[in-house]
Amino acid sequence: MNILVIAEHNNQQLSSATYHTVTAALQLGSTEIHLLVAGHECAPAVQQAAKINGLSRVLVADFSAYQHFLAENIAPLIRDIAQTHYSHILAPASTNGKDVLPRAAALLDIEPISEITNIISANTFTRPIYAGNAIATVTTNAPIIAMTVRGTAFDAALTSEESVATIEAISIQHDNQLSSFVNEALSLADRPDLSSARVVISGGRGMQNGENFALLEKIADKLDAAIGASRAAVDAGYVANDLQVGQTGKIVAPDLYIAVGISGAIQHLAGMKDSKIIVAINKDEEAPIFQVADYGLVGDLFEILPEIEHRL
Amino acid sequence: MKILVAVKRVVDYNVKVRVNADNSGIDLANTKMSINPFCEIALEEALRLKEKGLADEVIVVSIGSSKCEEQLRYSMALGADRGILLETDSTPSSLYCAKLLSKMVEKENPGLIILGKQSIDSDNNQTGQMLAGLCGIAQGTFASELTIEGGQVIVTREVDSGLQTLSLTLPAVITTDLRLNEPRYAKLPQIMKAKKKPLETLSAETLVAPFAPQVTTQRVDAPTQRKAGVKVANVEELINKLRNEAKVIS
Repeated sequence: MNILVIAEHNNQQLSSATYHTVTAALQLGSTEIHLLVAGHECAPAVQQAAKINGLSRVLVADFSAYQHFLAENIAPLIRDIAQTHYSHILAPASTNGKDVLPRAAALLDIEPISEITNIISANTFTRPIYAGNAIATVTTNAPIIAMTVRGTAFDAALTSEESVATIEAISIQHDNQLSSFVNEALSLADRPDLSSARVVISGGRGMQNGENFALLEKIADKLDAAIGASRAAVDAGYVANDLQVGQTGKIVAPDLYIAVGISGAIQHLAGMKDSKIIVAINKDEEAPIFQVADYGLVGDLFEILPEIEHRL
Repeated sequence: MKILVAVKRVVDYNVKVRVNADNSGIDLANTKMSINPFCEIALEEALRLKEKGLADEVIVVSIGSSKCEEQLRYSMALGADRGILLETDSTPSSLYCAKLLSKMVEKENPGLIILGKQSIDSDNNQTGQMLAGLCGIAQGTFASELTIEGGQVIVTREVDSGLQTLSLTLPAVITTDLRLNEPRYAKLPQIMKAKKKPLETLSAETLVAPFAPQVTTQRVDAPTQRKAGVKVANVEELINKLRNEAKVIS
């Protein structure tokens, strides 16, 4: 049983989601786990990959057509590699993984499984449906089992100081020229990544405007926290969409999640309810967020936030 | 240029779903059904392209039982020109849906195929990508903005790290994210008018021979509920609990 894991990276660095996906692969009980790093001038990402415990090989497809991980080129690469001798293909349930993996599965004539949260056996998994309001247990008899893995449901794989995996170059090149990269607007990375931060502080509609998020930033600076937001705050234009925590945004599970001025719509809860400790700050004591919070504080956030900052 | 839009009939997004008594699925008896919200955004985008003169015809297609006619009629009330129902009584897998839709692409030869990024029932987020793969055409998933220039569609995608813009050769598959647009509402005269628009029903099984699904649901459970904790009186108590009881801050 050989398992192929699709690495997510920006050529320089592996994403944290990749490490969580390797852990899921390890739980399938195979000793042959191979990580595919497809990119361009991606040697730094490959070096990091080779140090992940549990990997036996790192497959490197380094061509300019793979630089931006376009699905039109990456999916046939995955198909060509996977159909040789793999039982499972795993990718992070990130926007990259969700973009590429179903396309690769279609090329292999198989039905993929999205966003697994638990592995029951090598062909049986659980995954959330209906925005996390139900959990389905699914079984597959596909000849190759392709799935995306929800990162917060699995710990990050451990790493070694030195390389543990063999690095193997792949010479398969696909350049369909159906799509091309134009540009990207990346959010500033002066804070920990929202998906992997140990502490997340999120604001909702109660923040009233984007300027008031500065109150959260001051606390985030002291706690080395990532900043998040509810869909209401994003839709109201307070902050950028990539800060959105929820079923249609990012799924997070930090050690500490602080929800400020967030009522706790089911959509938002689906994105953060697996956090270890949840703190809710809201002026409405009936807000549903208090039903999931370990510690609730009822009051005016504009008084509470400066005091928290002061006391930290 | 024709635009093909796929719409799915799902539980209305305002309905609080419950797992049924035998844990085989969701209790759907007497539940309000609607167009999947992401599909509604897909249709809205197609209608706006037509209104800008970039498309001549908007075709809506749905896969499922005859009840899906309701969603197709509603789509035509919103402005779609005609509807196609690919009728089946079974619950089609994403691979079967993608194969059926690829037949429609072959038949109708659209310049753009727009789908919702996922349906709010199965939350798979697969069909659009699979359709693009089967057709061997470009895909722009999680679109928050799109413009058509020459033979290309420029699509801005909502990705984890921010926004990414791609240029795709037409024909292409687009899947919609929430911020692409805000769908319109149907007005009564349009609802009346939509009853006269053409709605064609085709047998799904005749178009693509059915196959046993590879992925099957064994059971469905309600998620474990988090218990409410305590209310603290003030910031001092909160910081104290976080430091000394939860030990999540230093």
